[in-house]
Amino acid sequence: MITQERIRAVVEKVAQKPVPADPEESLFDSGVLDSFALPDMIGELEKEFHVKVPDADLTPRKFDSVARIADYLSVHAS
Amino acid sequence: MAFLRAFGSYVPARVVANAELAASLGCEPDWIFSVSGILERRYAAESESVVDLAVQAATNCLTRVPGAEVGLVIVSSGSAERRFPGPAAETASRLGMAGTPAIDLPVASAGSIFGLALGAKLAAAFGRVLLIATEKMSAVIARPPQDRNTAILFGDGAGACLIDPEQGAAEVVDSCLHSDGSFAENLRLEFDRPLHMDGRVVILQASRKVPAVIRELLERHRIPAASVGTFLMHQANQNLIAKIAQGLEVPPEKFYSNIARYGNTSSASLLIAAAEWNALGRFRTEEPVVFAGFGAGFHWGALLVVGT
Repeated sequence: MITQERIRAVVEKVAQKPVPADPEESLFDSGVLDSFALPDMIGELEKEFHVKVPDADLTPRKFDSVARIADYLSVHAS
Repeated sequence: MAFLRAFGSYVPARVVANAELAASLGCEPDWIFSVSGILERRYAAESESVVDLAVQAATNCLTRVPGAEVGLVIVSSGSAERRFPGPAAETASRLGMAGTPAIDLPVASAGSIFGLALGAKLAAAFGRVLLIATEKMSAVIARPPQDRNTAILFGDGAGACLIDPEQGAAEVVDSCLHSDGSFAENLRLEFDRPLHMDGRVVILQASRKVPAVIRELLERHRIPAASVGTFLMHQANQNLIAKIAQGLEVPPEKFYSNIARYGNTSSASLLIAAAEWNALGRFRTEEPVVFAGFGAGFHWGALLVVGT
């Protein structure tokens, strides 16, 4: 099951920083992610949720917050 | 069949260290290094053109093969001073090759990898192919409004490679090229505007596409990435090079890097790196070496060679 808690755990594992309480808050603006942590985070999300993110979907906007990640995974993850 | 016969390079004399750039951009020198791995870069003089840089690099290359006849000149540049003619014909003429066909390859950072792959195919038809990649990125990033995040990255320089249909230090085995215009807006240079780069998109895409194209190429020949002796990459950003090494699960030490000294010289960077690496006599018999690049378009690709 896709939950924001599982997503938070993945993001925190990669970023080694606490994720903002507000799921809508930008992971970039809050300093949790930078450009080079983003590919790692998406890789970990793919493993955790058994989903393959195609290159066409590899845009930072889709993975900018816990809420957006949850939206994406709810459509694409099994 | 085609071989990499000789390499050459040229970087302008003026060294611009992070401290100088940081003062003008309002940032810290250490920040520049931490986000890019760059310590300094070279800037051409105002009077120097991309053709001037190209002629220097090509001359440096051709002195290694005295009297070599060239059947085709390819010049890669994304920062040429005018729309047309591109720098290829003028470069060829200044090298004493007026009359030799000369074509431009304006695909920015991926220009060298495309030029190597295409040149290797064309050598059978034209004879020796002189590939030159030349960039004056300092002129591009100086255009207002200046973007600090891109201004810190780029430098000027040129590299060259003589591709020979008959002999050389390394034989070209195969290549793999791709283009996808879906992200054209994310990395672009418009007339009289500064370079626009959405770094997050570029890094995200490159960190996937470059390992994937290298794997695609190596799998055709059943070569594990771990068996590759050296990876010669477009020198975009040290952190990106590390990310690509991670994606291929190979030690980053296998990736030759000179970005600390020259910054990102766009298409020139791959050939400058190859020239420096080759000058150390690094090609080994039967050892695979992979060239790879990625840039605006997006265009990306990889080339497999083995030492002869």
